[in-house]
Amino acid sequence: MSKRYTSIEKTGITSRQLILILITAMAAVPGYLMVTGSLKTQEEFLNSPWSLPMNPNFNGYTAAWNDQFPTWFRNSLFVTLTAVLITIVMAASAAWGFAHWKWKGRDTVLGVLISLMVVPPVVLLIPLFTLGAKLGWISTFRMLILVYIGLMLPFSIYLLTNFFRAIPASLTEAAEIDGASDFRTFRSIVLPLSGPPLITLTIVNLLWAWNELLLALVFLQSDEQKTLMVGITGFQSRYSLSIPTIMAGMTIATLPLFIAYIFGQRYFITGLTAGSVKGE
Amino acid sequence: MIKSLQTEDRFTAPRNLGAVFGRLDKSGPLPWILPAAMCILLIFGYSIIDLVQQSFKYRGEWVGFENFSLVVTDPLFRTAISHNFLLLFAVPVLAVLSFMCAVLLFETRKGMKFYRSAVFLPYILPIPVIGVVFGQLLQLNGALNSALRAMGIENLALDWLGEPGQALWTMSGIIIWKEVGFGTILILARLISLPLETLEAARIDGAGFFRLHSKVTLPQLKPVILFYIINEAIVMVSWVFNYVYVMTNGQGGPGNATVVSELYIYRSAFQNKSPELAATAALLLLLATLIFIIGFFKIQKNANRGLFDE
Repeated sequence: MSKRYTSIEKTGITSRQLILILITAMAAVPGYLMVTGSLKTQEEFLNSPWSLPMNPNFNGYTAAWNDQFPTWFRNSLFVTLTAVLITIVMAASAAWGFAHWKWKGRDTVLGVLISLMVVPPVVLLIPLFTLGAKLGWISTFRMLILVYIGLMLPFSIYLLTNFFRAIPASLTEAAEIDGASDFRTFRSIVLPLSGPPLITLTIVNLLWAWNELLLALVFLQSDEQKTLMVGITGFQSRYSLSIPTIMAGMTIATLPLFIAYIFGQRYFITGLTAGSVKGE
Repeated sequence: MIKSLQTEDRFTAPRNLGAVFGRLDKSGPLPWILPAAMCILLIFGYSIIDLVQQSFKYRGEWVGFENFSLVVTDPLFRTAISHNFLLLFAVPVLAVLSFMCAVLLFETRKGMKFYRSAVFLPYILPIPVIGVVFGQLLQLNGALNSALRAMGIENLALDWLGEPGQALWTMSGIIIWKEVGFGTILILARLISLPLETLEAARIDGAGFFRLHSKVTLPQLKPVILFYIINEAIVMVSWVFNYVYVMTNGQGGPGNATVVSELYIYRSAFQNKSPELAATAALLLLLATLIFIIGFFKIQKNANRGLFDE
């Protein structure tokens, strides 16, 4: 291929490659400092933050893990998985209700759903906190899970409705003519076709719930209940004298996401761009 | 029923019949939608109604617009709003950077997928982690400044987060660092789906790199870039709490240099114990986002396609 380019085009290509390498480096710098920093001693880090760890040691990891990391990790895992699972079930069911039947006001309701996607959580914080206090649900996982479900539903329903509507009507109608109930049509025709959007949605929601800070901060107040994101926020000031421990903690907190990203990149990209204007 | 199926348009008939004759072994959409609807009504519907009520009350007593006048005359609230407003300056920067990154990636054959993953990576990282790591990186004697000093540009080694006049701009730089990947991917996806013929025709006519992309590509990308701009404007106005909270230990410091509206609401409610003021500020914030939502719908209309015209 390269033979066909003129020399001017070649310089263009090389300079563009250089810019891209520079951009990549900028994107990677914090990650680099985090991972290398986690393997150094405090002294090494302060003297030469940019160097590779010459004698990598895992003291930072031991210290971080011996703190409350395992508890926070478990809490995050529990809250995130429960909330996402329930959200997906409720959203799939509702999306089928939107896609399969034409009813009055449906498009209006869908329009409202879309606008709910951009309502900032901080707006709902005070009423929900008052509600939680009335119910005696502050510092319970169920309150946070309920709030997460509510916040994830609009986007989830929107995405799945879009997908379900693209399923050819002939498929579902054939099943109905054969006498299948709505539930059967949904379960044996629609769901088996919906693998990719369901995976996409699961990943996007997991990412959101795992990374959420504000609500977790407000609704879970005891130390044993903290989620990972709340935990690491306080972790920083507690270990201000041991940067390697902080960096190790951050690495642990990022690792699950990073692994998921490496393997499921396609789903991250489709999911996170799916909310945009039609025609991507 | 079967007869009507055969005579009517088969693509709409069963759905209409399903709705009209819901009792005929068909439940209709309601039970399918109900659980989600209840949850959304509770989390959004109840909350927004309660929010409006709380913002007109003080300790349960109706006080009219008193909370509003207290909030809008509160210097801290004004400071917070002005900071959100300043953060909006990051939006055009984001749009330009994303467009340039997307075009670069589009023009790259070798290693495009690798670069794309790298550019997108910051967008998936948790903000608390980003905040903590950047917090370390940007210390007065942190990694960035030691690199700048080593390169001999001592003058650029600022107190990035400690200097009140500087902290907000540093913050917006970090937000840009994270959000640019989103725009790049969004624009790139649209770019790939553009018809190749026009691009090729322009290339054959001798349009160079810059002419080609400013005159041919850019106009076609307008809807997606507009979408991105609105999306990021919403981020700057109402989704920056995490950055500020993590990097300033919840204080919005130094001084009040990085207090934003969300932090004002959080602090009013949970640190200063005045939930009415917090509720009022939250309502004002909701109204502000509403303006952007309307823009959002306008774009969708202008995109010449309905929501579901696949």
